[in-house]
Amino acid sequence: MTDMLSITGLSKRYNDGQVALENVSFDVKEGEILALLGPNGAGKTTLISAVCGLVVPTAGQVTVGGFDTRSNYRLARSLIGLVPQEIALEPFEKVINTVRFSRGLFGKSPNDDQIEIVLRQLSLWDKKDSKILQLSGGMKRRVLIAKALAHEPRVLFLDEPSAGVDVELRRDMWKLVSDLKSQGVTIILTTHYIEEAEAIADRVGVISKGKLILLEEKKALMKRMGRKKVEISLQSPIAVIPAKLQNFDLYLSDDGLTINYLYDAKASSNEITKLLNEISISNLQISDLKTSQSSLEEIFISLIEEPSK
Amino acid sequence: MNFRSIRAIYIFEMSRFFRTLLQSFVSPVISTCLYFVVFGAAIGGRIDAVDGVSYGAFIVPGLIMFSVMTQAVSNASFGIYFPKFIGTIYEVLSAPVNFLEIVIGYVGAAASKALFIGLVILATSLFFVDIEIIHPFIMIFLLLVTCISFSLLGFILGIWANNFEQLQLVPLLIITPLVFLGGSFYSISMLPKFWQVVSLFNPVVYLISGFRWAFYNNSDVSITASLFAIIIFTVFCIFIIFLIFKTGWRLRP
Repeated sequence: MTDMLSITGLSKRYNDGQVALENVSFDVKEGEILALLGPNGAGKTTLISAVCGLVVPTAGQVTVGGFDTRSNYRLARSLIGLVPQEIALEPFEKVINTVRFSRGLFGKSPNDDQIEIVLRQLSLWDKKDSKILQLSGGMKRRVLIAKALAHEPRVLFLDEPSAGVDVELRRDMWKLVSDLKSQGVTIILTTHYIEEAEAIADRVGVISKGKLILLEEKKALMKRMGRKKVEISLQSPIAVIPAKLQNFDLYLSDDGLTINYLYDAKASSNEITKLLNEISISNLQISDLKTSQSSLEEIFISLIEEPSK
Repeated sequence: MNFRSIRAIYIFEMSRFFRTLLQSFVSPVISTCLYFVVFGAAIGGRIDAVDGVSYGAFIVPGLIMFSVMTQAVSNASFGIYFPKFIGTIYEVLSAPVNFLEIVIGYVGAAASKALFIGLVILATSLFFVDIEIIHPFIMIFLLLVTCISFSLLGFILGIWANNFEQLQLVPLLIITPLVFLGGSFYSISMLPKFWQVVSLFNPVVYLISGFRWAFYNNSDVSITASLFAIIIFTVFCIFIIFLIFKTGWRLRP
């Protein structure tokens, strides 16, 4: 697959001296879904804005579909669809007109069939003649997505698409993203919802204080950094962990009914077998056993916290 | 040139105008009637003809220019400020369009609205006074260029303004006084000598004078000076807008 988006040494320092991006470089392949995670003010929106032409970068180069976003901005931008974080819509305009406007603005010929497809895809067809101000918050977000898709972009930027939307819309959006991916559309999304990145992204990037501190395949990242946990539920509570089990990395729940064991997911040892043997020898009666893997959220938090330690 | 983008911006902007068409139409008709009642009938009856033209007819070009200038500034400044205020400007700034296409779309729409109002006032005036237009082509040219140039000025104000107060401030404190004192309702020659000289520093004088010349073949300043002034003003506004987009001032941080 070819690179659809290529960012090299992108930096942005605002006039007030604030450094929003510092030497960020990465590529995104055609049809790939990249999730950018990071705390508020990390530089995620500035990154998207710099690519889309809303912010003038201080340094660096961005190409979209091989076209430089500054020297060949017309061709580069015509490939991009942007769904902004804030709901920004003309309140008195009809849904269909605002979507038609977006298509025309990006230089595409009028095509109401295409607009109908997009509106139906987003369950907005019934609302096509409604004024924006008559719509709910979730519907308005759907309109923003419809506007971004009206000119059939090859790269879609979703800036915090799930902020303030209900579960149904979030699921619909994930399905839409999946459909777009199958059509070869490249998707870059920023999110606070780790489960979103976990559910739909191919790769995950983490931005902190304007720097890209990590960019990795989601599965590889979870395998590399994820820790597994075994929760051993006991039939009767205990006050302390027996001495024989002290060699294991265990901690006891407050009610004394659960022993938690954390271990490295990639480690291939027989520690669990040993632990269970020791529990048996210690005459502890197990009522249940549950394993879980640390989520992307936990990985993300550990990555963000590390540099400050 | 990306004509589809220009068309999209123009149609979208005009749709705001059509949503309030009745208000857009009725407002200039009523204000024109009021001006004719006050200036034409009540006061105008006591004023002699100015340069051989009855006072009622004399004020028509000034009245049209007065409304066209203020409406062009107001429409254009609101047209670009409102997307900035509600955030929809992101779409225009991220679209594959250059500054000229954005300006033609927004300013074209604002100028069209101002032109419509100008024509409504002209049509309304016909009910009150007899009007002759001696130089119709010059009149149309000046009307069009005034609509465009003041829309360009409004566009600059809309980009400059950071809040609604600033959006109102410049039209209220600078443009309206300049237009009022630009000879809309009087000839500069009616003023004392000192104020005649001062008036010549008011660019609006040249526009209104030229427009009145197109109607009645008499003016405060030469038509050449008027044409020169309006063209210089238009080019100056375009240059400022070019600089705004080149530097991203108040648009792209």
